[in-house]
Amino acid sequence: MARALAAGETTSVELTRAALAATELVDGAVHAYLHVDAEGALAAAAESDARRAAGTPASALDGVPIAVKDVLTTTGLPTTCGSKILEGWIPPYDATVVARLKAAGLPILGKTNMDEFAMGSSTEHSAYGPTHNPWDLERIPGGSGGGSAAAVASFQAPLALGTDTGGSIRQPGAVTGTVGVKPTYGGVSRYGLVAMANSLDQVGPVTRTVLDAALLHEIIGGHDPLDSTSVDQPLPPLVEAARQGATGDLSGLKVGVITELSGEGYQSGVLARFNESVDLLVAAGAEVVEVSCPNFVHALATYYLVMPCEASSNLAKFDAMRYGLRVLPEGVESPSAEEVMRATRDAGFGDEVKRRIILGTYALSSGYYDAYYGTAQRVRTLISQDFAAAFEQVDVLVSPTSPTTAFKLGEKLDDPLAMYLNDLATIPANLAGVPGISVPSGLAEEDGLPTGFQVLAPALADDRLYRVGAALEAALEAIWGGPLLDKAPTLEGAAR
Amino acid sequence: MPEISRDEVAHLATLARIDLSDHELDHLAPQLSVILESVASIRDVAGTDVPPTSHPLPLTNVFREDVVRPGLSAEEALAAAPASEQQRFMVPRILGDEQ
Repeated sequence: MARALAAGETTSVELTRAALAATELVDGAVHAYLHVDAEGALAAAAESDARRAAGTPASALDGVPIAVKDVLTTTGLPTTCGSKILEGWIPPYDATVVARLKAAGLPILGKTNMDEFAMGSSTEHSAYGPTHNPWDLERIPGGSGGGSAAAVASFQAPLALGTDTGGSIRQPGAVTGTVGVKPTYGGVSRYGLVAMANSLDQVGPVTRTVLDAALLHEIIGGHDPLDSTSVDQPLPPLVEAARQGATGDLSGLKVGVITELSGEGYQSGVLARFNESVDLLVAAGAEVVEVSCPNFVHALATYYLVMPCEASSNLAKFDAMRYGLRVLPEGVESPSAEEVMRATRDAGFGDEVKRRIILGTYALSSGYYDAYYGTAQRVRTLISQDFAAAFEQVDVLVSPTSPTTAFKLGEKLDDPLAMYLNDLATIPANLAGVPGISVPSGLAEEDGLPTGFQVLAPALADDRLYRVGAALEAALEAIWGGPLLDKAPTLEGAAR
Repeated sequence: MPEISRDEVAHLATLARIDLSDHELDHLAPQLSVILESVASIRDVAGTDVPPTSHPLPLTNVFREDVVRPGLSAEEALAAAPASEQQRFMVPRILGDEQ
């Protein structure tokens, strides 16, 4: 699209209108968006066209419309984090990544659906109803960024932003056949991201192609003085790495297949597509070895202690005093601030959020702190050490992104542990802060649904994700005869 | 094996400032027990000689020059408040009867 815009073959207004028309047609069935801003997007598109006409585009993606996960603050547009407690809240400031999108000329189509406060693996925990997977409307689109992934997969947006705390960009990417990137922790500003778990959350691109992701990553990335956890170093050349990878030459690259993340517990069709992709990397000249990261088997348990602890603390800000919902308890005359807060939080938070707040409160409480939180922090060190040792042997690590294809809506809703297992392969990267990408790796034979191939690189070496991702994408598209999304079912029959 | 009782969940809910209905308490207690049992599996994985990692990056305080910069106006800060009065957040009473 960026190329068509630059060549004058289309305009930003046309692209934006097309995306909005697709939303009009299919979002009644998909429910990727919580809020669509047609007027704002078209106005921004018109400004972009004027810049192009004047020969002064603001960036390579100037004029390409984008959808933004509803956990990122946007002036003038509601930000609800998929929660009732923030219903109708319009933030007084833009997240840094949103400000950078605007400065780069990308029209913002709207805000996408998500699991409440990014807690979930299926987008079924949104207070505003679930998002449906465009490949099969009875299935989940992944989570928590299911809205962003579904918007891209159903051609309602060419690009989207997500956030990844335990896999919430990469896992939805895998199950919807889109590309999802979790940058190095600190590589993209978190200012204006409503935090779930500060030491894990990361903003990143959701796109159709690896090159699109690289272009978007270069726009949103880089140091931000407003975020004290932002890395004060220039980004590596990501677009250049993607272009280099697309030539299909991976000679000199050492790839490690993670033993612990490529065997038991994985759906056979997911493993089959993964193994084919590994073979393609070998054909491209990469040397593939098996690498053991023995502590990765503890990553899930570690994450489900660290994350609720941070989340319970972060969500204390929803106290019914300064913004958001305020509910007065029934039958109490002149209620106290504490009584109002308790009633508000009961009414405003959904089940999964309550579950994690209570779990975090327990794990951080006196007498349990060291047994739970302290233990988890030490295991986190071991997981980081596993990565460090692995990256001494290889340049990148690979695994399937998600152990299964998309499951059916409602299937795991009452079984939190089964739901948590979806993040098995994505979580280690968040605990260690290293970057990861999920690239579509084909359809599983048994159900015809998309699978994802995950590439992990050392911190600050995000360029390697793009090199390997683009090489794999090029090799797979040569086999498929085009992008995987071309094989997605048409949704017109499902229109409102 | 960590077991978490219904009463403990009720106590935790008080600490976390969330009213929970009887139904929610009945539902949550067994789920939390299962989750805690699962996460307890890592208890003996790392010895006390392993340093804890709280954050993937070494964190340092970030300071800026002590100069006045524009911030939110009172109107902007109060725009989303559930209630406000005289350019202030209006909140329910903070102190109890005995205080």
